[in-house]
Amino acid sequence: MRTIAVIGGSLAGISAARALREHGFDGRVVVVGAEDRLPYDRPPLSKEFLAGKAGVDDLALTTDADAGLDLDWVLGEAAAGLAPRGRSVVLASGREIVADGVVLATGARARPFPGDRISGVHTLRSLDDAVALREDLLAGGRLVVIGAGFIGAEVASTARDLGVEVTVIESDPLPLGGVLGPELAAVCTALHEDNGVRLITGTAVTGLAGAGRVREVRLAGGRTVAADAVVAGIGAIPNIEWLAGSGVDHDHRGVWTDAGGATNIPQVVAAGDCTFSYCPYSGIELRQEHWTNALQQPAAAAATLLGKSAIPARPTAPYFWSDQYGARLQFAGHRRPDDDVEIVEGGLDSRRFVAGYRRGGELVAVFAMNQPKLFGKWRRQLVAPAPAAARLS
Amino acid sequence: MILVGRPEDIPLGEAVRVEAGFGSKVPIAVFNVDGELYAIDDTCTHQDASLADGWLEGCSVECPLHASCFDLRTGMPSGPPARTPVRTHEVVVADGLVYVRVTESVEAASVETAA
Repeated sequence: MRTIAVIGGSLAGISAARALREHGFDGRVVVVGAEDRLPYDRPPLSKEFLAGKAGVDDLALTTDADAGLDLDWVLGEAAAGLAPRGRSVVLASGREIVADGVVLATGARARPFPGDRISGVHTLRSLDDAVALREDLLAGGRLVVIGAGFIGAEVASTARDLGVEVTVIESDPLPLGGVLGPELAAVCTALHEDNGVRLITGTAVTGLAGAGRVREVRLAGGRTVAADAVVAGIGAIPNIEWLAGSGVDHDHRGVWTDAGGATNIPQVVAAGDCTFSYCPYSGIELRQEHWTNALQQPAAAAATLLGKSAIPARPTAPYFWSDQYGARLQFAGHRRPDDDVEIVEGGLDSRRFVAGYRRGGELVAVFAMNQPKLFGKWRRQLVAPAPAAARLS
Repeated sequence: MILVGRPEDIPLGEAVRVEAGFGSKVPIAVFNVDGELYAIDDTCTHQDASLADGWLEGCSVECPLHASCFDLRTGMPSGPPARTPVRTHEVVVADGLVYVRVTESVEAASVETAA
């Protein structure tokens, strides 16, 4: 291979480019990014950056060391198509990049709130999104957050710190219930009201109203909530539409890969938020929209592309964290609804605890609130669940 | 110098954190690795997390938030996400007490051994 194109200029893209060099690839590496800036870290966009405690420079993912990697950056250009067998990538501008190997790392985009675009309504995925949202938050007034997932909760928490009046609306009766199970979801959900944020659950948003700018949020059942700004935190959509006709197996869940990032096309691998991958720990295929996966999965994908072994001997448990309302939440492993939950350290009332999830007596997942040290201890005792029969359909 | 405490306050394989304001502008973590004491800045250079809460393995501590590993002897990160070293500080044991002499730069500090 003489040229490898990495399509995606965020954490998974830069991690893949670094990994290619670490594995000794000395040919041309082209990194294509849709955004017109070098890779930056997204987790602070809902936290430190939105709060004004971190600036643009603090978000940079690249350092002086990356200058020595000799990467060809093509920024501000979205990929528009991949030739069959992955031998070339066509960009939105019409420019073509011919490559012997391709890493798909296009990530995901925020799911927009349905309906016509209206001023004052935000999603949060990019730096520009965060700048626009911060501007609205600094104007004060009332913020309505649609969706009480991790992004929604982090935004609500940051907005509250900025002195904004916040209402969070969640269609599910129990926010985070699907992720953490009812007992622990209830503890996290309580953080909203502990911090003066109004939470409305089990209620769908039916529409947004306002003349030119959003003024109110309409709820099922006819209620309305006044809003000067709205943030929709209702999930993400993998950026895979551009792969239509490429022959790369994918669907709405993402690009299908094995544990090593291999797709069905030998010269094409994929990593990060755009993938729907077999997870050796969980024993199933899933999309891991988590920062740590975008940091680690590209190393395996780069090894696969270069024909090296990519599968670590011991499967790593999926991991994510969230900081909200001054609480640090950490989760590792794979949870199913029928797993048994027990508090293994501390207590729920103190908001400092570690909870373990057991399946057939084995510890398959662990969740902690404000216990980073003990979380680290328990995380190392996780046992990968017995692989379930999993087949892509 | 900053007074940390008595040697027995820092058990084998453990760390203590000295909060900012006790002679240092930032919190400092002191680790006991097989009887040797090492001091570094406590805050991970990648994001706000306390390295004293991290996982200690040999002379390396793993950040509890994103698993960046730092060498306690040099302060150097072993790989991403952290790209910047933490400062190391000299540990001094005198008259049965543990002290830290705070470094002003990111140079590796020599380390005294706790007897």
